[in-house]
Amino acid sequence: METSIFQYGFIIKGLLGAIFASITAGLAGTYVVSKRMVFLSGGITHASFGGIGIGYFIGINPVVGAAVFGILSALGVEYLSVKQRIREDSAIGILWAFGMAIGIIFIYLTPGYTPNLMSYLFGSILTVSQADIIALGIMSAVLILYFGVFYRTILYISFDEVFARTYSSYVDVFKYVTTSLIALTIVLNIRMAGVVLVISLLTIPPNIAMLFTRVYFKIVIWSVIAGFIGTATGYVISYYAGIPVGATIIFTLVILWVLVKGTIHLTGAITKWNNSRHFNHSKL
Amino acid sequence: MAYLFEMNSLSASYGANVVLQDVDLKVYENDFVGVIGPNGGGKTTLLKVILGLVKPLKGRMVFNNELINGNSIGYLPQISTGDINYPVTVTDIILSGLMIRKGIISGMSSSDKNKAHAVIDELGLSGMSASFLSELSGGQMQRVFLGRAIIGDPKLLLLDEPGNFVDTTFENDFYEKLKDLNNRMAILMVSHDVGTISSHIKSFACVNRSLHYHPSHEITNEDLLAYGCPIQLITHGDVPHTVLKKHI
Repeated sequence: METSIFQYGFIIKGLLGAIFASITAGLAGTYVVSKRMVFLSGGITHASFGGIGIGYFIGINPVVGAAVFGILSALGVEYLSVKQRIREDSAIGILWAFGMAIGIIFIYLTPGYTPNLMSYLFGSILTVSQADIIALGIMSAVLILYFGVFYRTILYISFDEVFARTYSSYVDVFKYVTTSLIALTIVLNIRMAGVVLVISLLTIPPNIAMLFTRVYFKIVIWSVIAGFIGTATGYVISYYAGIPVGATIIFTLVILWVLVKGTIHLTGAITKWNNSRHFNHSKL
Repeated sequence: MAYLFEMNSLSASYGANVVLQDVDLKVYENDFVGVIGPNGGGKTTLLKVILGLVKPLKGRMVFNNELINGNSIGYLPQISTGDINYPVTVTDIILSGLMIRKGIISGMSSSDKNKAHAVIDELGLSGMSASFLSELSGGQMQRVFLGRAIIGDPKLLLLDEPGNFVDTTFENDFYEKLKDLNNRMAILMVSHDVGTISSHIKSFACVNRSLHYHPSHEITNEDLLAYGCPIQLITHGDVPHTVLKKHI
């Protein structure tokens, strides 16, 4: 009988998927949230659906089609905003719907087998392949290396691009490369979280992290931890309840965010109440 | 005294729009030049040419290489460029002023960090090294960006409208600080508010497409008129100022 590590299927696939998804989403998400690029990232995600449709139509791996579409649309929006030829938010809005339209058209034009649309829109464990996990693993390594080596350069360019241009001629190169890596990260996470929900995988963990810290690299670390808790828990719930995994992950992450925020508020309120009690007591 | 840089019949444009025309300017060590002129007159473009961000259309801009190169310029842009909610501390922002000498992959050494803390103390920001911009007042933010501009010990400091968002009490401290710094570096300061800066600077440059150099810190409306600089001298209560001539 053939043995593969994926014979243990669920546990290993789930564990590795959760680790790599939280690393890639934590690194990319911290960048996206700090730089206020959430809307742009949403646009890239939905535009990449066009690539999924075309991928099906011409018979190549839909993830490859999505990656090409995602990167091209990311570079296109960055280019237009650098040249200031068009209002960026309008460009993103157009791209967002256009990508979805292309995806739907080509999927319906593909003769014979119709893929399960739901699994692309909302994510599915069943469609996550060994190759997807390996690709996410490689992406994790690439992002750790990229952000590790160029940490200060990336930080300073996204904090104050105008000033960065006074000392570096690489500002645009870094913007294009980083945005492309973000697009790739998003596309590789679509299998699990789905087109509609993947953006929350990037944005919720950094927002949980920012309840603890405001230092960039600490936000990354806390995001990865929060992302792992959300993804792993969502995975388990999805498996037992038979609900699309993207939905259970996002649901778990939002609950986590509410719990952490609630706890912090409550502890703050108790401390305040205790202090005022001591204060009143000492006055008497 | 040795000069730091000079411009000879330099012109610069954005597309077809010529912003600076036939500008001559020579700046020496320890100069303190106030660059004045109307909005859109080319003041900021002048700074950008010095920084190498705008290439001259014709003419030349040369540094005295014995004293200075493109890496020994400090720059304080108009405030709005950095996002005040970005997750970056005061120390990190000041350290970014060293990036001009560093490659894209190098980190910061402990001596760099000590230098940043010395700048923080010098600018009266002690205790705020781990703060974020959104926790600071306008005046404190201004000093953080000044810290970023001076941490590399530049030979030339370029300031773009530093008085824009600072209240008057802090403004005096700020200009006193500049006077100190002027012992270590030449300063070129863009401002539309002549009255406030006239007591601190040593000379004026009126920029309105062309540039007229005025080698004294006293300037009158007649001078401005002759230079084709359509701006008004303003007087400020107790702050040292240039008094307007009586209207006839």
